[in-house]
Amino acid sequence: MLEFIGRLFGGFEGSKHKAKERLRLVLVHDRASLSPGLVEDLKEELIQVISKYMEIDEEGLEVNFDQGDDSVALIANIPIKNVKRRVKE
Amino acid sequence: MGKVLVVTSGKGGVGKTTSAANLGVGLAELGQKVCLVDADIGLRNLDVVLGLENRIVYDLLDVVEGHCRLKQALIKDKLHGERLFLLPAAQTREKDAVKPEQMQKLMYQLKRDFDYVIVDSPAGIEHGFKNAIVGADAAIVITTPEVSAVRDADRIIGLLEAAELYDHKLVVNRLRPDMIRRGDMMDLEDIDDILAIPILGVIPDDESIIISTNRGEPVVANMRSRPGQAYRNIVRRLMGEEIPLMDLQENRVIHWLRRFVGGDGNY
Repeated sequence: MLEFIGRLFGGFEGSKHKAKERLRLVLVHDRASLSPGLVEDLKEELIQVISKYMEIDEEGLEVNFDQGDDSVALIANIPIKNVKRRVKE
Repeated sequence: MGKVLVVTSGKGGVGKTTSAANLGVGLAELGQKVCLVDADIGLRNLDVVLGLENRIVYDLLDVVEGHCRLKQALIKDKLHGERLFLLPAAQTREKDAVKPEQMQKLMYQLKRDFDYVIVDSPAGIEHGFKNAIVGADAAIVITTPEVSAVRDADRIIGLLEAAELYDHKLVVNRLRPDMIRRGDMMDLEDIDDILAIPILGVIPDDESIIISTNRGEPVVANMRSRPGQAYRNIVRRLMGEEIPLMDLQENRVIHWLRRFVGGDGNY
């Protein structure tokens, strides 16, 4: 009934938006796990970039996907050993 | 040399076999020489959809194991004579009874004799699927506008690409314009957003599909059926014609008129 009233006033979004959103999220996970090389490649490049600025613990670096209710986040845990002193030129 | 098309989906029950049968019959109607191959070992169904279940003597496994010659196992279609043949799957064996090398060889043999070889793949992503895509030149991925079917289609597309089968196109089956109008079903644009592969066609959900399967006569030959028209359009696109996808949001009056006169819309 609520749905009907919602539709009547045009403010109600059909269930397809829900479907699309859920699909989008589940595919982030599916696609990442389908290509195991992806996370490894990402890790390697992350190390390269961050190493320009600070010394990090490459062994302790962790990259994961974290799924929330309405989002997927890439969580990287990067232990820092030392930060380089940067002198302006 | 002909072309091998594999019809696949990941998820079961989205219309693979029905689509394979209709594409086969449709291509034969346009004068192409077609062989339909049922690669669903142990769960064969292409024979019943085509109405040829009573004519099976030998099957795919008999061919690859050398119990008969390829020509002996091919079943001639009722209506299309020398233009449409079926190579049925074995019903009493396991999916892993066929080896990929055997499939490859079989596909090569068939390609020499036919313009189109259409392989109906089993559901799933295991052995049977891998066998079905061996030797394929292109893949047709069938999905429906549901979360589970689109998700599985995405996975299948990934696996096709991993197997270096990059020529893949999508058919969206069982679309319901009324539900799309209400916002309760994903439309083509939504699915295209997510899967991002070329769309070969859309098939509206319609009872004529079930009626034609009951009779064992694929709907593509039924000039009054909307899914039939949709399959005819897909077949013409496969042959290289450019036919626009139809706007499904058509007027109800036109819809009823169309059903009444059996005219053609583009799907």
